[in-house]
Amino acid sequence: MSKILIRGAKVLGGEPQDVLIDGETIAEVGTALSDEGAQVVEAAGKVLLPGLVDLHTHLREPGREDSETVLTGTRAAASGGFTAVFAMANTFPVADTAGVVEQVYRLGQEHGYCDVQPIGAVTVGLEGRKLAELGAMHESAAGVTVFSDDGKCVDDAVIMRRALEYVKAFGGVVAQHAQEPRLTEGAQMNEGVVSAELGLGGWPAVAEESIIARDVLLAEHVGSRVHICHLSTAGSVEIVRWAKSRGIDVTAEVTPHHLLLTDEMVRTYNPVYKVNPPLRTERDVMALREALADGTIDIVATDHAPHPHEDKDCEWAAAAMGMVGLETALSVVQATMVDTGLLTWAGVAERMSVKPAQIGQAGGHGRPVSAGEPANLTLVDTEYRGSVDPAGFASRSRNTPYEGRELPGRVTHTWLRGKATLVDGKLT
Amino acid sequence: MQRHLISAADLTRDDAVLILDTAEEMARVADRPIKKLPTLRGRTVVNLFFEDSTRTRISFEAAEKRLSADVINFTAKGSSVSKGESLKDTAQTLEAMGVDAVVIRHGASGAPYRLANSGWIDAAVINAGDGTHQHPTQALLDAFTMRRRLVGRDAGLGQDLDGRRITIVGDVLHSRVARSNVDLLHTLGAEVTLVAPPTLVPVGVETWPCEVSYDLDSTLPKSDAVMMLRVQRERMNAAFFPTEREYSRRYGLDGERMAKMPEHAIVMHPGPMVRGMEITAEVADSERCTAIEQVANGVSIRMAVLYLLLGGNEPAASHTRTEEK
Repeated sequence: MSKILIRGAKVLGGEPQDVLIDGETIAEVGTALSDEGAQVVEAAGKVLLPGLVDLHTHLREPGREDSETVLTGTRAAASGGFTAVFAMANTFPVADTAGVVEQVYRLGQEHGYCDVQPIGAVTVGLEGRKLAELGAMHESAAGVTVFSDDGKCVDDAVIMRRALEYVKAFGGVVAQHAQEPRLTEGAQMNEGVVSAELGLGGWPAVAEESIIARDVLLAEHVGSRVHICHLSTAGSVEIVRWAKSRGIDVTAEVTPHHLLLTDEMVRTYNPVYKVNPPLRTERDVMALREALADGTIDIVATDHAPHPHEDKDCEWAAAAMGMVGLETALSVVQATMVDTGLLTWAGVAERMSVKPAQIGQAGGHGRPVSAGEPANLTLVDTEYRGSVDPAGFASRSRNTPYEGRELPGRVTHTWLRGKATLVDGKLT
Repeated sequence: MQRHLISAADLTRDDAVLILDTAEEMARVADRPIKKLPTLRGRTVVNLFFEDSTRTRISFEAAEKRLSADVINFTAKGSSVSKGESLKDTAQTLEAMGVDAVVIRHGASGAPYRLANSGWIDAAVINAGDGTHQHPTQALLDAFTMRRRLVGRDAGLGQDLDGRRITIVGDVLHSRVARSNVDLLHTLGAEVTLVAPPTLVPVGVETWPCEVSYDLDSTLPKSDAVMMLRVQRERMNAAFFPTEREYSRRYGLDGERMAKMPEHAIVMHPGPMVRGMEITAEVADSERCTAIEQVANGVSIRMAVLYLLLGGNEPAASHTRTEEK
């Protein structure tokens, strides 16, 4: 593999520097590096980040290849600046055995756009009754370390306790989709002023908060670590803040859409805004931004949830829940966190690359931009302004809530171990 | 007037009064030997019912036929929510057949809104009840009934319900009738109080333009109209209230309670009535109960809505419109 010189990029948003890639690794970082024998990428004014890592992606393969495949999903990831994604287990069949996780892992390696780290199901068939073979998935070629029944909550307190305890044997983590099932029966949107008016079934904040409260206490009791998926309410922030202050080993993620959109959007009855957990209120959005800024919420994760057109082009109640997010995540974070002054680009690198890689133990990702490190990198034109056009998405699905909305920033280049997967905004 | 009727909240005071006044004219048609106007001759209206409601469908059908429209009834119970594309597909099939208006009843809140705003069809959309969201023609017929009883038939023309005190009792949480009535009655100047056990009041109700009370007895003496909502027995199993008897004791309307109402006050019910639970037979059959009138008024209101949405500016009936406003 040849040499690549990224010239004059603001590394982590700092002073312009040159970064020389040689083969799969970063050879040198400095000023006025020689371009001899290297392909030069002029990066003046752009921000260079470690390749982004998404701890929460739905790739839909196996089973729903009409929505997304590992190939289309990883191409979308590369477009969005990601070099590693964690694929959720709610596929068909469910990723609850070594065989399924190995298949997903291998497809990611073969396609070569982005490392795919499968997440294993906590319980067989996501049914919440019997632990899946967590150890076998960990020992498989996929080396699973994150387990989640995402899409469903592990609501049985005993099963959750056992899962937390069991994964300690190999340093795994349970990622919880916090949703008390009885409190959310028939839920269609955030319970509050808007749901009352629209007559849509309410998904109360307490259904999320009560599970988080329970799970941090369980994690404390058994001395394990728990990760909270797509935290969405101001109350959840307070519980996580309290748990961390108490020394409980908890991490939490927020999605880009929960940092930007509110339940007011549901007034359109357009199912593109239907997502689980639902869009909350302005107050929640502001609390989530603050919490991401102060580190209470550790990371941003996309919850990229592709669905075919027909699953969204219908009445609200019939529509599938979820939004695509890989290709717009960084722009939304720039709009909500960077352009608002809440976070620096170094902070973005921490929350979208370093920390998620640590939580998921994705070796080689989320590393410093310095000599000797794997060349997993993302170059961002932060000055770019443009409206979102889903027609250009690499994802097989188009269910974005941002169609036609102006968002800042654009990923122009992505390198996975020194190999360009995205060049000038075009996939290789 | 707008092109569609999706929510009672979309109606201005003048729109609503125009519909009520037009309905008075339509009501006169019902007194004629031949109860028919040629207004919608050659227009096709489809009644698209994804949810059972014989009463509402028959009411719309009678209204459409009295206006000489060609009527298609389409019943597709249960097929929509289980398979999302059917609403769009069905609507487009009907559009291809040249339908001018779609009267839609659907179990999912927002389905009529989607139908009207998604570019699936060009026809006018009339919401005949969607999920727990809205039932605007029900609110209009209720307002029409109140205006006739509380203001007077001819004296009511051009009038709204300014200052009238209306109490709505029962399962507000699951009631599209309550939501529509709160919106419309507020627009018409009435003061609305919702009375229900706290479990049957939606979270977020504090932004509605009405009062909320948990105590029926203290509300009755200051009510010009008391609207009882239907309480579905299955709610009991979902722990919304302990027993049917307890509900009935606290929120049911019997003769003793009715006696606390002012003499002129009326009792309303959207039907079908569950006698013994939310209303006793004594009250239901009393002269103060307007349930049957509401049914008759429903046809007049639906004629008025169809006429105004589809009929253009021609006079509704052969006689001259009342000019007072």
